Amino acid sequence: MMFSVAAAGVIVTMVLAIVRAFYGPTVYDRILAVNVFGTLSVMIIAIYGFVDDRPEFLDLAIVYALINFIGTIAVAKYVTFNDMGHGDDGDPAGDI
Amino acid sequence: MVEIQTSDLLNVATLFFMAATGLAIARIRDLFAVVMLSGIYSLLGATLYVILDAVDVAFTEAAVGAGASTVLMIGTLALTSRREKALPNKQAIKGMLACLFVGVILVYGSFDMPLYGDPTAPIHHHVVPRYLNDSMAEIGLPNVVTSVLASYRGYDTMGESFVIFTAAIGVITLIGRARRKTTVDERDQPEKHLSMEGKLILRVVSKLLIPFIILFGLYVQWHGDFGPGGGFQAGVIVGAAFVLYGLIYGLGTLRTALPAWVTRTVLSLGVLLYAGVGVSTMLMGGNFLDYDVLAHEPTHGQHLGILLVEFGVGMAVFAAIVTIFCAFAGRAAADVNPVTPESGGVGND
Amino acid sequence: MQMALDIASWALILGGIAFCLIGGYGLLKLKDMYARLHAASLIDTLGVGLVFVGLMLQAGWTLVTVKLFLILIFIFFTSPTATHALAKSALNHDVLPDVDTEEERDMVRAGRTPGSGGEL
Repeated sequence: MMFSVAAAGVIVTMVLAIVRAFYGPTVYDRILAVNVFGTLSVMIIAIYGFVDDRPEFLDLAIVYALINFIGTIAVAKYVTFNDMGHGDDGDPAGDI
Repeated sequence: MVEIQTSDLLNVATLFFMAATGLAIARIRDLFAVVMLSGIYSLLGATLYVILDAVDVAFTEAAVGAGASTVLMIGTLALTSRREKALPNKQAIKGMLACLFVGVILVYGSFDMPLYGDPTAPIHHHVVPRYLNDSMAEIGLPNVVTSVLASYRGYDTMGESFVIFTAAIGVITLIGRARRKTTVDERDQPEKHLSMEGKLILRVVSKLLIPFIILFGLYVQWHGDFGPGGGFQAGVIVGAAFVLYGLIYGLGTLRTALPAWVTRTVLSLGVLLYAGVGVSTMLMGGNFLDYDVLAHEPTHGQHLGILLVEFGVGMAVFAAIVTIFCAFAGRAAADVNPVTPESGGVGND
Repeated sequence: MQMALDIASWALILGGIAFCLIGGYGLLKLKDMYARLHAASLIDTLGVGLVFVGLMLQAGWTLVTVKLFLILIFIFFTSPTATHALAKSALNHDVLPDVDTEEERDMVRAGRTPGSGGEL
């Protein structure tokens, strides 16, 4: 029962995050919404693993968290430099 | 009072979100928003696969669809424009009617399909009972997905690894020549950047995390016999670790750590290992990819064969991901779209 | 003992969900991108943290608890880093925070934080 409540709560928050992803006026709002959505997916997978008594799902949750992180960094880097392979060559501009 | 289970709730919610996201992707013109939304779509798809109890597929969908696809589409956006051109929709009504017609026919056709999980469905009656009943005796692995993928259907999986190899070759052929400028150019104006202290955070965190990510990838590779995992997922995870390194330290540093000849070699070796196992079983007297002959006892032979071919797949996928990322990121946007301060990156669409 | 664990789990999970909902509401209603970053960070730290600790109490002393703990550590490391990267990127592209007085606006443009004495 408590897992159902938790799952319902996370789903409501997912709705809120998706609405922000639709509306976000700047590009950063959308990136942020996707990042939040990824974290909520991690939670939903973990909760669902408990609902179904399948602890193998936690490996999945680790991968989601990881991919979420790498995706956000990639997008932030693209948005800053318009180019994902940019190195820093020793100058302070190379900060992302 | 109808008993609503959690999985029903999740099913309905996930499908509803996917429909809403799909509609938004079709309607929004700003391609950057579309890429972000398709990342959400992939995450939702992976959640759906988890609810349908297909954990290995969910693993791969999360890693590839939400991670690698988003990164590569962003790389493509760097080379093309950011807004979709509005096409004149003179044929819109006819198009919509055609889609509706085909959709109605498909839905009508789906009424004849068996229900999900129906034990009398035809798919459960040919080879599947043999795989499920005999897998433990013939192969001895707890994870039936891996035993089906790598042993019973090993030939198909070899085809899949060839497909990945071909994709990487295609990318190398088409956009492999990196044309980056290696000098600092004048678009980096130091006075716009507000602080130098924050430079360390990403580097330190990534240095802490990358070894553990690679370790986790190796865990997924070898643990695929007992739980969700296997070669494809492990290759993507280890590839993602190197992609993270390349994102934070720059493509040049990544290429110094992992030169092009290394990734080419690893890519080829992975596929060669898979096919090589097949040829060596033929040389030992069995059929192509018949792992029974690899060791003194059939189950041990199966274990050894599956270990080797999954490792081959993992190597090929890892090298493919790194190659494709380096090829996309190597086309510096400055070669194609010169960045001016007004058009740099921020979208207020 | 099981009853106490169940009550504790309920409390923690409900607390975590409450923080998630508050964070989600803030994500929608706050007017400024930087303020929304704060709201999102609620979900990433306390939301996930409390729910996972509640789940850990349910799982007992098994490998599942260790894995949940590892996921928690990973999210604690990576999500502030990701929001840091976002905020830095936004600041470098002159998305200015929504501050009230003209004097504070000048400070932000000059590269200082309103309310602190000097450089960032």
